[in-house]
Amino acid sequence: MRVSPWMPFRLTLALLAGRAAAFASRRFGRGGGTVLPGHVVPRIHPHAVDRVIDQLPHGTVLLSGTNGKTTTTRMISHIATGSGLHPIHNRSGANLMTGIVTAIVLNADLRGRPRGDIGVFEADEAQVPAAVEAVRPRVLALLNIFRDQLDRYGEVDLVARIWRDAVARLDPEATLVLNVDDPLAAQVASAARGPVVTFGLQVQSVGSPELSHEADKRLCPMCGHRLQYTWSYFGHIGHYLCQACGWHRPRPDVSIERIDTGRDGRMELTMRTGAGELSTVLPLPGVYNAYNALAAVSVCQVLGLPTPAIAEGLRTFTAVFGRQERVHVGEGSIVLALVKNPVGFNQVLSWGFGSSSLFVIAVNDLLADGTDVSWLWDVDFEPLAGSVERIVCTGLRAQDMALRLKYALASPSQIVTEPRVDRAVDMAVQAAAAGGHVVVFPTYTAMLTIRRELQRRRIVAPFWED
Amino acid sequence: MHTPRSQVTAARARLRLVYLYGDLMNLYGDRGNIITLQRRCAWRNIDLEVVEATIGDRIEPDKSDIFFFGGGQDREQEVVSRDLALRTGEAIQEAVEDGAALLAVCGGYQLLGYFFRTADGTEIPGVGLFDAYTIAGPARNVGNVVVDASLDGQRHTLVGFENHSGRTYLGQAPSGASQAASHIGGCPQASGPHRTVPLGRVLVGNGNNGEDHFEGAQDRHAIGTYLHGPVLPKNPWLADWLIQAALRRRLGEDASLLPLDDTEEVAAHDTLMARVLRSGNVRTSIR
Repeated sequence: MRVSPWMPFRLTLALLAGRAAAFASRRFGRGGGTVLPGHVVPRIHPHAVDRVIDQLPHGTVLLSGTNGKTTTTRMISHIATGSGLHPIHNRSGANLMTGIVTAIVLNADLRGRPRGDIGVFEADEAQVPAAVEAVRPRVLALLNIFRDQLDRYGEVDLVARIWRDAVARLDPEATLVLNVDDPLAAQVASAARGPVVTFGLQVQSVGSPELSHEADKRLCPMCGHRLQYTWSYFGHIGHYLCQACGWHRPRPDVSIERIDTGRDGRMELTMRTGAGELSTVLPLPGVYNAYNALAAVSVCQVLGLPTPAIAEGLRTFTAVFGRQERVHVGEGSIVLALVKNPVGFNQVLSWGFGSSSLFVIAVNDLLADGTDVSWLWDVDFEPLAGSVERIVCTGLRAQDMALRLKYALASPSQIVTEPRVDRAVDMAVQAAAAGGHVVVFPTYTAMLTIRRELQRRRIVAPFWED
Repeated sequence: MHTPRSQVTAARARLRLVYLYGDLMNLYGDRGNIITLQRRCAWRNIDLEVVEATIGDRIEPDKSDIFFFGGGQDREQEVVSRDLALRTGEAIQEAVEDGAALLAVCGGYQLLGYFFRTADGTEIPGVGLFDAYTIAGPARNVGNVVVDASLDGQRHTLVGFENHSGRTYLGQAPSGASQAASHIGGCPQASGPHRTVPLGRVLVGNGNNGEDHFEGAQDRHAIGTYLHGPVLPKNPWLADWLIQAALRRRLGEDASLLPLDDTEEVAAHDTLMARVLRSGNVRTSIR
């Protein structure tokens, strides 16, 4: 390739423009400047990202999956930091290519030298092939495929196909990390050209022998016959086998052997890994967070990070932006629990929120939320009858949510419809200030609005500073 | 106005809903349609028993009052098609011929036509309950839909969300377009002339095929539609039309339903319809 003498200058120009775009977006726009630079930089210098990536001595890790990618990415970054590395990653769930490119250019100086030594990026499910090409990961971790934003992807089988294509294009030196409890993710292994590390749960203290109605996939990806489940954790995640062709869940390389749930839902986890037993306490509730921790452990071991640092990193991990994040208001508190799909929503509801006085469910139907809100009917709201004093439905689809609750709950007096999100936030803040415990369940763009409203009331800090 | 009779005067009415292949065909909140029928029956003191029928199960046409058949992916549809061909397809035909109500959404709708030709050219045979056939299109039709619908001479609007690549055309497939005259359930003429008509006209969205501006199909008391959302909660008149048809088959033609307070249903319907009519629809096509 001919190298034009002005290329280094153009790289600086591109990175400078990226930074200006981020600043402008924060200063004048409504967002956190987490995507705009991703549009600007490649137009000025198409290889700006390559220049930065090439200078990361520990390479990059790429994660994808319907649920858990932001939390798992943050766990890996946290563990890596505790092990003395300096990770750069895309924050705030900005996981389309523009978000990944933005993270890379904002974490480089004007000569394209990264301000870290390892990249940890999350990619939207459909963006995996493009992201693999852009960041050339040494580890690609695929967590799960649930029905989520089907308006954007079509069908869950389509995501599985996209992943197989991406894996086939992966560098043969790169390691593929897979959740074998998800048959849709597990089947991707057959497309791999390099090493594969699998993870899964080996416990029966959680889950049940029955598949739940929210399960997406019950046909064998190999032969099309019905999959038999011997154990189900949630959705279609569990232990399965096909009696027609013999395809079955392999025994995972890294597994959780024991979960003891303690106070506040925190979990004591005992894992079996390639580097021996690992015991830790995860300060987050829910089986799916156990999966996130397991994925993080699997990736960190591939990176060669020491086991004690991994265990310590999980023990000191705190909730991510909007993901079961708790803020204190007066005597009370508000928990923000992002919801994106029925499996995730059901999991969040299953924590049980004790003596919650108010729920706010904020449903938008913009592109980042998914424009189809049909999935609300796959969420089990029925157990909420009588357990929460009031449920405020807000957002662009407030009426749809209220209608769903009308058919789920016996007492319509529990339900309040307030389409304006700012007013719903007022109700939440008032209830918390009076000593109540409020749980807010927002879809993605509703969460951004709620964060902004809480920030305006000086209850939380702007998210792009975290 | 007539005084509603039937289930309030007579003994508590009992109906059976058959959820066809609910374990395989249940995309996009389809379950909401079942919940809606259950609750709207319960509020009127009608016992609605929901039974699931899947691969290998036998259906009793005379004991089935309402069928629900949801959407699925291509692979699931092939498996279901094979089972329909064994005897279930005929049993559904028989029940509908006898006056049973039926709602089929998306994939279920496609499987009740003559055939569905997938993107790779595979032809999945259908039941032939609707005089219709489906061919996979190059792009997915995705987005909110508003339909000007007509049932039994009554006009209503329907709102919902479509997400399909199949394009459904009412009528016989053009000759030579398909060898699927061998659709399951026998020759269409065998069960008498079809009375399949469109459910309505699309105001916003694509509907059956994006070309003739029709959405859905009605044949006797069977309804096929591409509308998810799910379709029944925000369009309660359609839910009641199905319940009433089933009730009349059991109790006679003068059976009618108690009116319900549909404030929330109407609010959700009207809010969405106003928004979609105002802004049109950001139509997303997925290749």
